[in-house]
Amino acid sequence: MTEAPGMARWECPDCGYVYDEAAGDDHEGYPPGMKFADLPGEFVCPDCAVRYKEDFVRIAD
Amino acid sequence: MKTFIYTTPDGVAETYTDRKRTWWSLSVLWALYPLVGIGLHAWTGIEAMLLVPIFSSYVVAPVMDWLMGEDESNPPERIVRELEDDRYYRVLTYITVPMHFVSLIAAAWWAGTQDLSWWGYLVLAMTAGMASGLGINTGHELGHKKSKLERWLAKIVLAVPFYGHFWIEHNKGHHRDVATPEDPASARMGESIYKFALREIPGAMKRGWHEEKVRLERKGKSVWSLDNEILQSYLISIALQAGLIIAFGWIMIPFLAIHNVLAWWQLTSANYIEHYGLLREKQDNGRYERCQPHHSWNSNHVYSNLLLFHLERHSDHHAHPTRRYQSLRHFEDLPQLPNGYFGMYLIAYIPWLWYRVMDRRVLELPHIDGDLARVNIDPDRREEIHARYGRPAAEPAAA
Repeated sequence: MTEAPGMARWECPDCGYVYDEAAGDDHEGYPPGMKFADLPGEFVCPDCAVRYKEDFVRIAD
Repeated sequence: MKTFIYTTPDGVAETYTDRKRTWWSLSVLWALYPLVGIGLHAWTGIEAMLLVPIFSSYVVAPVMDWLMGEDESNPPERIVRELEDDRYYRVLTYITVPMHFVSLIAAAWWAGTQDLSWWGYLVLAMTAGMASGLGINTGHELGHKKSKLERWLAKIVLAVPFYGHFWIEHNKGHHRDVATPEDPASARMGESIYKFALREIPGAMKRGWHEEKVRLERKGKSVWSLDNEILQSYLISIALQAGLIIAFGWIMIPFLAIHNVLAWWQLTSANYIEHYGLLREKQDNGRYERCQPHHSWNSNHVYSNLLLFHLERHSDHHAHPTRRYQSLRHFEDLPQLPNGYFGMYLIAYIPWLWYRVMDRRVLELPHIDGDLARVNIDPDRREEIHARYGRPAAEPAAA
């Protein structure tokens, strides 16, 4: 499952925090392979909290 | 004095020297101010000397802010990366951490070993608490950063005032909810600081624990696990404060109780003045608009900013919370406080005076322009405030 193509990285446009789908975010409790789309709707940037989920920008491969 | 060299958009080489660079060390030394009172008491034998630190905060600092005035200058954007990477600035925040332990331990030692009058003891406990309130400011600057070291130092320094939940609730709750009615740490127009404290102190603790519980549940762990970052800080607090009781006896129990409450009250005071009356607009999708600089009150007063690691440049801090203290900016048309924090705290402690100074300032802000629909108002006083300042533009007057 984690080898599914299209593992993406998403960046907070304010502080530069990156959510890497392949790695997840262990500290926040998001397991490796968890898609950005599957993060909860109330997700805000774990580092700055001033950008909503829909503000995140997908990083080009 | 370090000089940064950069190139302007026109291709011209310019230099920038941070005139405050050395002066930021005042924020380190200020954490030690209880020692000034103790030292003067020891030297002169006059117990009233213990009042000197309180006098320095609430008389000297507001007067110095008034005399030295404001500084609106910003570092050039092109050197901000270099300025943020300059380790000198962050090392100052690191070495402030042990200063807070020194202040509390020294004040506890003096209170526990000297034959003080009841008021000398009270003044010393209050002074220690105010200094540990500054520890929350140190923890605030460190807790916003991304490195493990800085986050650990935040947990350690927040253990001094027994306020380990602060950085979780502040980073994940207050910054998300700031300037909305949902935020227990944003004051509403017409809400006195005393009413605010009863909403802010329990509300922040509840939100901090909730955020940490949700995070740990996602990891499949109990809220009582040692991975709980609030508990990690509380355990240091227990060790520190129990150690002081063992060292200096039961006389430490009221001392530490006064100390802790005074430290929390310092944070309450800062939170109260930082967002009073300001409101983010709710959008059609149910989200609040993103936090803008005009959702926080700013102060450019030089003296108290140098004592507080630039905390008073609060507008930029909330718009861009991970920016380091040395690069926080002033913007035009911001909500501006008429004095630094220490002077504003004194005004806040007298509610009628606070409303008199601040309510008009809220209504005169360019983005509010007298429209009460754009103000965060205490619901219990809404009618009274509408009667005094006029109904919101969006709300027709009652028939």
